[in-house]
Amino acid sequence: MEAAAAAAAGGGCGSGPPPLLLSEGEQQCYSELFARCAGAAGGGPGPGPPEAARVAPGTVTAAAGPVADLFRASQLPAETLHQITELCGAKRVGYFGPTQFYIALKLIAAAQSGLPVRIESIKCELPLPRFMMSKNDGEIRFGNPAELHGTKVQIPYLTTEKNSFKRMDDEDKQETQSPTMSPLASPPSSPPHYQRVPLSHGYSKLRSSAEQMHPAPYEARQPLVQPEGSSSGGPGTKPLRHQTSLIRSFSVERELQDNSSYLDEPWRITEEQREYYVNQFRSLQPDPSSFISGSVAKNFFTKSKLSIPELSYIWELSDADCDGALTLSEFCAAFHLIVARKNGYPLPEGLPPTLQPEYLQAAFPKPKWDCQLFDSYSESLPANQQPRDLNRMETSVKDTADLPVSTQDVTGDDKQALKSTVNEALPKDVSEDPATPKDSNSLKARPRSRSYSSTSIEEAMKRGEDPPTPPPRPQKTHSRASSLDLNKVFQPSVPATKSGLLPPPPALPPRPCPSQIWAIMNSVAVNICIQVVEWSEQVSEAELLPQLSRAPSQAAESSPSKKDVLYSQPPSKPIRRKFRPENQATENQEPSTVASGPASAATVKPHPTVQKQSSKQKKAIQTAIRKNKEANAVLARLNSELQQQLKEVHQERIALENQLEQLRPVTVL
Amino acid sequence: GANYPLYIRSTPTENELKFHYMVHTSLDVVDEKISAMGKALVDQRELYLGLLYPTEDYKVYGYVTNSKVKFVMVVDSSNTALRDNEIRSMFRKLHNSYTDVMCNPFYNPGDRIQSRFVCLGRAFDNMVTSMMIPVC
Repeated sequence: MEAAAAAAAGGGCGSGPPPLLLSEGEQQCYSELFARCAGAAGGGPGPGPPEAARVAPGTVTAAAGPVADLFRASQLPAETLHQITELCGAKRVGYFGPTQFYIALKLIAAAQSGLPVRIESIKCELPLPRFMMSKNDGEIRFGNPAELHGTKVQIPYLTTEKNSFKRMDDEDKQETQSPTMSPLASPPSSPPHYQRVPLSHGYSKLRSSAEQMHPAPYEARQPLVQPEGSSSGGPGTKPLRHQTSLIRSFSVERELQDNSSYLDEPWRITEEQREYYVNQFRSLQPDPSSFISGSVAKNFFTKSKLSIPELSYIWELSDADCDGALTLSEFCAAFHLIVARKNGYPLPEGLPPTLQPEYLQAAFPKPKWDCQLFDSYSESLPANQQPRDLNRMETSVKDTADLPVSTQDVTGDDKQALKSTVNEALPKDVSEDPATPKDSNSLKARPRSRSYSSTSIEEAMKRGEDPPTPPPRPQKTHSRASSLDLNKVFQPSVPATKSGLLPPPPALPPRPCPSQIWAIMNSVAVNICIQVVEWSEQVSEAELLPQLSRAPSQAAESSPSKKDVLYSQPPSKPIRRKFRPENQATENQEPSTVASGPASAATVKPHPTVQKQSSKQKKAIQTAIRKNKEANAVLARLNSELQQQLKEVHQERIALENQLEQLRPVTVL
Repeated sequence: GANYPLYIRSTPTENELKFHYMVHTSLDVVDEKISAMGKALVDQRELYLGLLYPTEDYKVYGYVTNSKVKFVMVVDSSNTALRDNEIRSMFRKLHNSYTDVMCNPFYNPGDRIQSRFVCLGRAFDNMVTSMMIPVC
């Protein structure tokens, strides 16, 4: 054995470490792991160049990166791992040669069995080290191709298990080994959850013959995977009669796993939580395979009373594919983060692995939704997905490209594909949107306001209202998400405000829109310009905006006092609403706007007059603002000049005082 | 106002105000280019405006998005290693990050993109940082 170990080391310099006694199984396992680490080093991103560089040419070494990951996967505390690294000699020689690696593995096994990390401990017979391959490790390090390496992971693992069983139990289970090998090669190791599902698949095969407790640790750690595990044949958790000797090592392993799961606790969604989230999702979006649009989600999450920056950060974390909408998994992740935050947990830097959409989808297979529900809302599907898609970018082509795709069962992967197609389609399809060119001028200062007019309008209006139910179908012909969202928002909300904010019937040009835009120009709800976009009123927009943006060149017509006059006008509901948003686009605004909403209902009836007045008001306000700006500039200049003069005068005064001093008869003694 | 910056970052060593000024003046050049383009089909190439104007110390590059959001990049002239393709790719990355920020429904267009308050824009900020470091 010793010779074999040394031979396997390939002449690697293992100065110092004691001779290793490796059993057959250990030998195989270790060499597999080593090959993987070394192979990953060569083929992978090469995380350990410094170590590798120091290697004497001709020796095979495992790069530090994969090795570190492997060690971490053993679930041992970092301190222990450091000790192990030191002991095995890798620190001394500077790299992980085969000898060092094997010793390290043995030490890991010892540590996992509860033995102290010493050279002596590896002299005795030990079970094989356990490695919990995390998803990232498996994918990044050993995942090219993922499935191939996935099987590799399984095979040595299973061999180790088999061998350890053999050793510990003195039972011959070898015959099951070979048959289990080939089935393992084919388990559906879909990359996202290969390490859990395939492992349990593989174990189920073993289980069928050997009734092992191996899956038990996994299941104890992840009750979530139960559904997956059960699908593979009823994981037998009944302890085996001959498991007692194994139980110790397994229990250690399970403890470690449980510890890790405890650490993940805040970010792990329990079943009941998941149920709750799913129900909430349903209330917002009956079709579970579809998306919640950004505006709907925003409405909903705002009710949690978290601050906007935090909510937007949570969104950033949870909307993994950045498409402006949330799938069920993304929604659960976001909800969970909100819940955690409200309970005092600080928000993580990145999305925890247990909240990744792929993980959530794997862990929680979609419950059986009512087929009826699905059918009844299939029509609303395109509508809902339109906002989702359109919220993403400013082009409007997505619906044509995406609808056919989105009507299918959209998973996270599909969404990503969607995103990429949208990305490609994006630059080419702007021309399809007739509003865009007209929009060009008006949107100079307010980029991408279109898709988010709904959000801003909602902010301006009310936050506390329930999320609107998904509309059956948008009646507009526009393909802009904003229009759909707006309608969706306005229908359940106060109709008065709707009439005020939405463009009037086509007979009249949408005069109110520009006025509102001016009012909230510098504040959040600027995006009402969408209305303008849709109703092709951008021309007026274009005229007005550039005038405002550029240095005012026109002579101001009115003074600021005119603004006050405008304020006092009775039908100045729009203005009132305007300037309130200007203060703060927060919830405080909502009651006032709501109050003004119904009140404005009465005044909105004389539509044309109001519109005309508001447009005039708008112009007046514009000019007033321009004038103010000019005045500001002038005053600033004046101020600086006066300061200069003041300085000069000071100096003169000082000079004069000096002269006075000299001329005065000296009285000071 | 219409031309306020949504986001401005510069290497900390330089006088920020100077860059503010340069960016602002370059906006005029950008507008000039945009209007010259007319309503033709806008594709990636035309989004990239190229070298706006060189000064004695710096080169200024421009890029405009479909929604007329302008990106202006000021590069030190001594940095001759930067090729046009690299500038293009940097703008493309900027654009992508910007759209990601846009996707966040909590972001209101017209707000400054800031990551100070653990809110949106963190990814955008990080991306910009990553671009600035190798260059400067």
